[in-house]
Amino acid sequence: MKKVDLVVVGGGPAGMAAAVKAKEKGIQDILILERENSLGGILNQCIHNGFGLHYFGEELTGPEYAARFIDRVHQMKIPYFLETTVLNIDNDKTVTAVNSTEGVFTIKAKSVILAMGCRERTRGALNIPGERPSGIYTAGTAQKYVNICGYMPGKSVVILGSGDIGLIMARRLTLEGAEVKMVCELLPYSGGLTRNIVQCLDDYNIPLRLNHTVVSIHGKERLEGVTVAEVDQNRKPIMETAEFVPCDTLLLSVGLIPENELSRDAGIKIDQITSGPVVDDRMETSVEGIFACGNVAHVHDLVDYVSNESERAGESAADYILGTNVPDRKETIVVTAGNGIRYTVPHLIRRQSLYRGTVKIFFRVADVYRNVRLVVRCGNNILVERKKIKVTPGEMEIIELKDKALQAVKAGEELVVELVTDKEGL
Amino acid sequence: MPEKRKLVCINCPIGCLMEVTLDGDTINSVKGYKCKRGLEYARAECTNPVRIVTSTVKVRNGCLPVVPVKTEKPIPKRMILDCMKEINRCCVKAPVKIGDIIVENLLGTGINIVATGNIPVSDKEQTAC
Repeated sequence: MKKVDLVVVGGGPAGMAAAVKAKEKGIQDILILERENSLGGILNQCIHNGFGLHYFGEELTGPEYAARFIDRVHQMKIPYFLETTVLNIDNDKTVTAVNSTEGVFTIKAKSVILAMGCRERTRGALNIPGERPSGIYTAGTAQKYVNICGYMPGKSVVILGSGDIGLIMARRLTLEGAEVKMVCELLPYSGGLTRNIVQCLDDYNIPLRLNHTVVSIHGKERLEGVTVAEVDQNRKPIMETAEFVPCDTLLLSVGLIPENELSRDAGIKIDQITSGPVVDDRMETSVEGIFACGNVAHVHDLVDYVSNESERAGESAADYILGTNVPDRKETIVVTAGNGIRYTVPHLIRRQSLYRGTVKIFFRVADVYRNVRLVVRCGNNILVERKKIKVTPGEMEIIELKDKALQAVKAGEELVVELVTDKEGL
Repeated sequence: MPEKRKLVCINCPIGCLMEVTLDGDTINSVKGYKCKRGLEYARAECTNPVRIVTSTVKVRNGCLPVVPVKTEKPIPKRMILDCMKEINRCCVKAPVKIGDIIVENLLGTGINIVATGNIPVSDKEQTAC
């Protein structure tokens, strides 16, 4: 059996950043396993700009952002296998994988970093009634067809869901000559960034229909149209508002799910809300020596944050392998999502990892709120508080806890992240 | 006749709804912004709105059929569709490297269209994914 210090599952932005950091921290023996035929992950098909403002301090397209990390992987001579699928990860860190040159093979690793990313929610997950013609794609699949394979999925398009990929594809398909008739969003607000609504929809006069959904799909061979209806406060379609919209293509941009089949098989504890592993501040999962980062841990808005988080995972894995700075797993502070908060990452803070100085808590709010305070407290003791004019579930929030604030918290105590609505608005 | 235009600020998640009163190309007033960036955005959007355009260009004998490209700098918004026509007329030969100039001086703007991806030469028959 092949032995490797660190196996990184996935060669997208998360896996590459983690591997590069681990190497910088002194781990020589690393192997990245990537399913596709090139490194870079989903960034390769995200040809639009807007990446890298935080991490590189300049605006890059997806492939350019990926290339910076691919270059570093090459410069640092970090080995990787392409077109290699990981079949299983054991909790003793034995990784089983398959590719066409080696067949099925196993690797015994000292540490494993999970960086498998996420997958799009499909029509099947939504249970949209109607016929089953061709012409229905997830937005990311359509993006790959247009930007990598060079062909168009259709000519007249309806998009369901106003996530960022859907908005980006509305513009992309319009520029390539398709007619994008509308973007329907079930919720009363869009989950996409304001910038994308303005520059992808408003710029091209594409209507955004909030509180609307697709209630039926029509067409025998090819999609011929969809029935769109408004929904009430309980998100139930109001059938009197139903309207037939002719189209040959329906794109779904209705959410992303971290891809954690391998993590579950390894016996790693999964958070039901994030659909990602329960992790501590060092991105270590419930199985010692297995770390998770990027969209496999929780879905991020910006790749810049994925890179930062993954570097943390890479550094922690290096520490674990070298046996330095490894905190006692029993000395733990639990982080809980309180009022108005959907989830937090990390879920746990190791008391002894405070040597790093600061701990960042990433979280999403449960709804759109105005004039609120975001608070981190331990009992009645407020450690940090931030005033916000507006918060939305589409924007990940970050609160940084300085070690001074944390030193007062004892192991076994609980930190609560919550949203406080002020009675008098600003 | 002064014209009123509504804009949503894109600088942060608050997304201020702003109303700009225009007299031809002159801005009379901007209302609804909460910070300086909003005011600057509203002014720029109403006088000279610009965008970076990203798309793909056909590649011959590459390992993939298209290469991603962008305008090196933002171009005037009104030129986006003409820019796409230029891009669609193009065809380049592999290998293509990030930063390679695909179209020089796009429509007299002085701005180049450059490659944003690496496409090596294909060692076999071209397969579309």
